[in-house]
Amino acid sequence: MKKKKTVYEAAIDHGFNRRDFLKMCTALAATLGLEFTQSDQVVKAMETKMRVPVVWLQFQDCTGCSESFIRSSQPKTESVLLEMISLEYSEVLSAASGHQVEASMKQVLKDYKGEYVLAVEGSIPEDDSFLTVAGQSAKETFLEMAAGAKAIIAYGSCSSWGGIAAAHPNPTGAKPVTSFVKDTPTILVPGCPPISEVMTGVIAHIITFGKLPELDQFGRPKAFYRHRIHDKCNRRAYFDAGLFVESFDDEGAKQGYCLYKVGCKGPTTYNSCAEMRWNGGVSYPIQSGNPCIGCSEKDFWDNGPFYTRRAKIPGTQTTINPDAVGLAAIGLTTAGIAVHAAGTVIKRKRDDKRGEEE
Amino acid sequence: MSERIVVDPITRIEGHLRVEVDVDEKGVINDAFSSGTSVRGLELIVKGRDPRDVWAYVQRICGVCTTVHALASIRSVEDALKIKIPRNAHLIRDIMNEAQFVHDHVVHFYHLHALDWVDVVSAISANPAETSRIAQSISSWPKSSPGYFTDVQNKVKKLVQSGQLGIFANGYWGHKAYKLPPEVNLLAVAHYLEALDWQKEIVKIQTIFGGKNPHPHYVVGGMATPLDIDSDNGVHAERLMHVSQLIDQAKEFVNQVYIPDLLAIGSFYKDWTYGGGLNNYLCYGDFSTGDIYDTKLYRMPRGIILNGNLKEVLDVDLKDPEHVQEFIDHSWYTYDGDSGGKGKHPFDGETTLNYTGPKAPFKQLDTDKEYSWLKAPRWKEHPMETGPLARMIVGYAAGKEEIVNIVDETLKKLNLPITALQSALGRTVARGLETVLISGWLRNDMDELLKNVKNGDQTTFDRSKWEPNTWPERAKGVGWMEAPRGALGHWIDIKDGKTNNYQAVVPSTWNASPRDHKNNIGAYEAALKGTPMLNKEQPLEIMRIIHSFDPCLACAVHLTDLETNTTTEIRLG
Repeated sequence: MKKKKTVYEAAIDHGFNRRDFLKMCTALAATLGLEFTQSDQVVKAMETKMRVPVVWLQFQDCTGCSESFIRSSQPKTESVLLEMISLEYSEVLSAASGHQVEASMKQVLKDYKGEYVLAVEGSIPEDDSFLTVAGQSAKETFLEMAAGAKAIIAYGSCSSWGGIAAAHPNPTGAKPVTSFVKDTPTILVPGCPPISEVMTGVIAHIITFGKLPELDQFGRPKAFYRHRIHDKCNRRAYFDAGLFVESFDDEGAKQGYCLYKVGCKGPTTYNSCAEMRWNGGVSYPIQSGNPCIGCSEKDFWDNGPFYTRRAKIPGTQTTINPDAVGLAAIGLTTAGIAVHAAGTVIKRKRDDKRGEEE
Repeated sequence: MSERIVVDPITRIEGHLRVEVDVDEKGVINDAFSSGTSVRGLELIVKGRDPRDVWAYVQRICGVCTTVHALASIRSVEDALKIKIPRNAHLIRDIMNEAQFVHDHVVHFYHLHALDWVDVVSAISANPAETSRIAQSISSWPKSSPGYFTDVQNKVKKLVQSGQLGIFANGYWGHKAYKLPPEVNLLAVAHYLEALDWQKEIVKIQTIFGGKNPHPHYVVGGMATPLDIDSDNGVHAERLMHVSQLIDQAKEFVNQVYIPDLLAIGSFYKDWTYGGGLNNYLCYGDFSTGDIYDTKLYRMPRGIILNGNLKEVLDVDLKDPEHVQEFIDHSWYTYDGDSGGKGKHPFDGETTLNYTGPKAPFKQLDTDKEYSWLKAPRWKEHPMETGPLARMIVGYAAGKEEIVNIVDETLKKLNLPITALQSALGRTVARGLETVLISGWLRNDMDELLKNVKNGDQTTFDRSKWEPNTWPERAKGVGWMEAPRGALGHWIDIKDGKTNNYQAVVPSTWNASPRDHKNNIGAYEAALKGTPMLNKEQPLEIMRIIHSFDPCLACAVHLTDLETNTTTEIRLG
């Protein structure tokens, strides 16, 4: 095996000085939600780790996740590509095409078995007819690359949950990666697409701490999916106060009232949008006046319509009453259950449909 | 005797594209076949949904040209329901689309296309002082010192020395078709990295108005983002200045980095004249200075050029059943149970998946029969090219002053005739020229928005037809636009408040189209024919030509019809 350089060596080689390197580590630590004092850990890890080989496979996708990935502000995309990872196969960025790029993928299997990270974008159809790359079935390519991977990162709602292609009636039998692989550690990073710094943050976590991030019961990293958007929403105070937008561009919309009544799915959506925001912290859909469509939730495409609220909310409150707010929380839990129940019905319909096709 | 060469996957594009070419004994491509190898069937998925929601579903056709399908979709619903949006909403949407063009074209040039012309590894042997001299001679862009280029060169050196080449692994480095001196290669590599950093900035325009990028939010009837300069939660002075600044930075990057690089690189390849193709060009037109229905006010004009005849600009009518039709004779679909023979207008379209290709793993497609998940769209049965070259050619022929001027000036600089545009390189130059124009319109549209706000008009949404009870029982509409890759149309049929039928015919379906009922070849296929290959093992020429179109295959694979009572039959054979 080739002698591999640590992240620190790579950074220095690429013309960065130690001061730049330390700055990069501090920014990374912040992205990972660490205390300032913990940035030492990051520095240590970066000094001793090589660039991690990454193979990025695209299946039934729209390339929106790859696009989001290259929007990263901290770490910057250039740092990710030149100092943190070695992206060995990417249909978007690889210079080589055809059998040359296929050869790169095979080389990874040979050189880095058990060491590389497999990133997957898009759902996978059970039937090979609906997707081949290089004349190979998508499923077979995935299984071959998954078997040798240290971990799989399912980027986006399609690879995590099935996503748009799996929405009712799921014409091609699209499935998430977890339908095919059980024994390779898999991190789900849902979102349509996921926030770019969440995408690079997961990689940074693996490299920095040499282990996978702690995951919730669905396989999502807790660092980024622990809370609902609603919990940290900039419009939350208006929800608690019972002040709602009734129609787009009305007086309430201009004042920034809560978007729940025009369909916002923030109360049932686990993601970091309200906390980290998008594109370097500029905004997120709710801040820009648009109801959240719940794009990181399982089966969100079948939990619409998007502009209709899905459940009852507690009556109008003009002042914040701690007890009433407590009740509101209970109400929302019920709402969450109602939404999930609706999702289950649709899923059942879809499964029935699939049965007919087979 | 011909030899079949297969390139799959074609990388540095969006989606899954396979190209098979036949090469004669002299190494010249004498036949070509373009195949989309993935299908999702999104059209079936929007069936029965609320028409106001459809933009979000079809936006996921593509995350590279993120935004365009959402815009075409809401325009189709607004056309069906006769909703007139406020002027500010029109401006904000145009600003978002113009930002999309500028982002997309710059990323295409540096990250998807440049490596077909630029040898990254050769940059190692460049003299950075000479690169600096060249850079300063073509542009006033400040990052141009010898020290700066030395740093970039060191990055490349170390990358190569590390043995982990990453995205540059197994490229066609050293191929004889690369003509740039090492110094220009180094310049291009430096700007590859700068553009990677810059591209994440311009998209913030979409984040401010649409909440995120990729996949910003839209709403039927206008924009949901409230303009209110006196509210801390509206788009106020700070937000507007942020957009303004991003626009100015974008213009600067286009004019000081992208265009000088494009012309400098292009000047070394003037004799590489391959990749023209059909010489039929299609534009729906867009960027109206008034209403989108007023085609006379389009800054990007509508029209058709047939057989390269610039003397006549023909009309295209998206609602005329004889104009736009799709054929399936060489595609994995059936129409009314038959495998071809007739075309269908999008309002009457049908998508029944019917895979008849080889079982994976396979080496070669049966290109005499069906060979793609793309349908073959035709205008009055003619195959068409669409995109930046079509827009510049149609605009030139239509006598649009801005377009005529920039085309003439550029051709004069390069000392080339107008016919030189009809090539892979011409397509790439056309893309750059329209980026210059569009980045200027971005500024104009933003200035008009600021003026409206100053004059007290802060309206962004028309709620008069928001509620489904205000809609007719049945309504059909078309949403058209110019997207970065070309003419885009979405056709919707609304019945009882639900989506009854939905159909999209997208730019890459035109360009990457397979053969049709008369065996007419598509734009990629035509562009590849007649091109000599220096090395059959390293298909650099194929990459150049295909990339010049900026393929987007997730877009191209057909989105289809949905007759409410039709069951989608999926046959695999």
